[in-house]
Amino acid sequence: MGKLLKSIFLVDLFQGLWVTFRNQHPKYIYTEQYPAERPKVAERYRGAPRLNINPENGETLCISCNLCALACPETLIVVTSQRNEETKRKELTTFTYDTSRCMFCGLCEDACPVDALELTQDFEMATYTREGQIWDRQMLEEGPRPTQYKC
Amino acid sequence: MPDATFLDSTELVLNMGPQHPSTHGVLRVILKLDGEKVLGTECIIGYLHRGVEKIAENRTYAQFNPYVDRMDYVAAISNGLGYCLAVEKLLNVEAPPRAQAVRVILTELNRIASHLLWLGTHALDIGAITPVFYCLREREEALKIFEKYCGARLTTHAFRIGGLLYETYEGFEKEVIEFCDMFLPKVDEYEELLTNNRIWVGRLKDVGILSAEECKEFGVTGPVLRAAGVKWDLRKEQPYSGYEKYDFDIPTRTNGDTYDRYVVRMEEMRQSVRIMRQAVAAIPEGPVMGKVGKVIKPPVGEAYVSIEAPKGELGYYLVSDGSTQPYRCRVRPPSFVNLQALDRMIRGGLVADVVAVIGTLDIVLGEIDR
Repeated sequence: MGKLLKSIFLVDLFQGLWVTFRNQHPKYIYTEQYPAERPKVAERYRGAPRLNINPENGETLCISCNLCALACPETLIVVTSQRNEETKRKELTTFTYDTSRCMFCGLCEDACPVDALELTQDFEMATYTREGQIWDRQMLEEGPRPTQYKC
Repeated sequence: MPDATFLDSTELVLNMGPQHPSTHGVLRVILKLDGEKVLGTECIIGYLHRGVEKIAENRTYAQFNPYVDRMDYVAAISNGLGYCLAVEKLLNVEAPPRAQAVRVILTELNRIASHLLWLGTHALDIGAITPVFYCLREREEALKIFEKYCGARLTTHAFRIGGLLYETYEGFEKEVIEFCDMFLPKVDEYEELLTNNRIWVGRLKDVGILSAEECKEFGVTGPVLRAAGVKWDLRKEQPYSGYEKYDFDIPTRTNGDTYDRYVVRMEEMRQSVRIMRQAVAAIPEGPVMGKVGKVIKPPVGEAYVSIEAPKGELGYYLVSDGSTQPYRCRVRPPSFVNLQALDRMIRGGLVADVVAVIGTLDIVLGEIDR
């Protein structure tokens, strides 16, 4: 009998409607106003790669050991270096990082012995060309420059 | 004029997919219909084939680790756990207790995230549009914990061979407990929306029945098997990563229809919360990385490890020839095996139930095609 009454008065449907009504409260608004409001990504976020430079003299921290290139599953890092005849040390000449093939696994930054290569919190990496996805040393040191919108 | 036109025929062959939104990816199903009735189906897979098993043969053990996340991308952490356990078995090492506990917490959190995505999309297929927003809202909280822990939300690459790379971040335990407290009332909310709803019950009851015997014949595992009444959960049967320490129940039902699979998965989410609470309370101190060298070079041999992924038994079979790269890597994905039962479940049913049955199997095409 109770089941019949419940069925006639559509109790099951109103029960569901009550849930959706409860969730209309303004405190349940989850919309992120991107790009006016940028999301704050986690500290460990694996985003755009960066080649760190020494802030004091502007020299690169990279010792061109090639470990990142060896660790990369997609072999998208190419490091070239030149031996300085005076100091007998390897010096970095070019560093190419193909972000179009990168899957941001973080194995290169784990492999880096001097913390020169790092995956940063920058996540806006869109370009207009496919070639723009291949980052050279200068781009890696400066990082991406996404457009800032004011709304 | 031909003697017979298609109007004279009773059978209609209908192509569904691979772009159909309700096939959850790129599954193509060819349906043989007699009016509304389904006479037979044929699944065509392979549209997402990337050759992951072959890629494994050309990568070192550590390099292949991020690729396993891309198979079942909804439950990437479970995939990572299965692969890491298989390599650890080859190497004959074990992750330290702290790493094991953190692995359990993250894997259970991933199970909830996977089931939430299943519930949202399954309800969307049936015609209930509200649950998908609520489910993704709660899934976001789980993904935030993943992002804070390992830096990625979906393809996480959270575990490393031998343990974990990262120590847990400050406030990790607190956030997991907060998630548990927040989540349990939300499950009741989903149940309020769906469980008694007459449309939901009418669409799911006695649809796509798969009996226990048929499940065993097809090798179906996971919630589909448990909904048929078989109490089989690898977390209990072959405990891995310290699951024997936790107290939880295996939810089972008897009918094996689509509604029962829904009930089993809802209960599984509650059990996952139970496991997470116990794991967080008893998280031991200590290192998170085991004794594994920089270069992973397992001895000659083979190893098979299977774990209970959200979708069923997920197995990794690795053959080592003593080099730094696996000689062969074979994955036993749960969705691939479960999909075989699709024809048995749909045959004789109605064409509208095809979408419900595909949804209830909880397939991920990235895992089926690999």
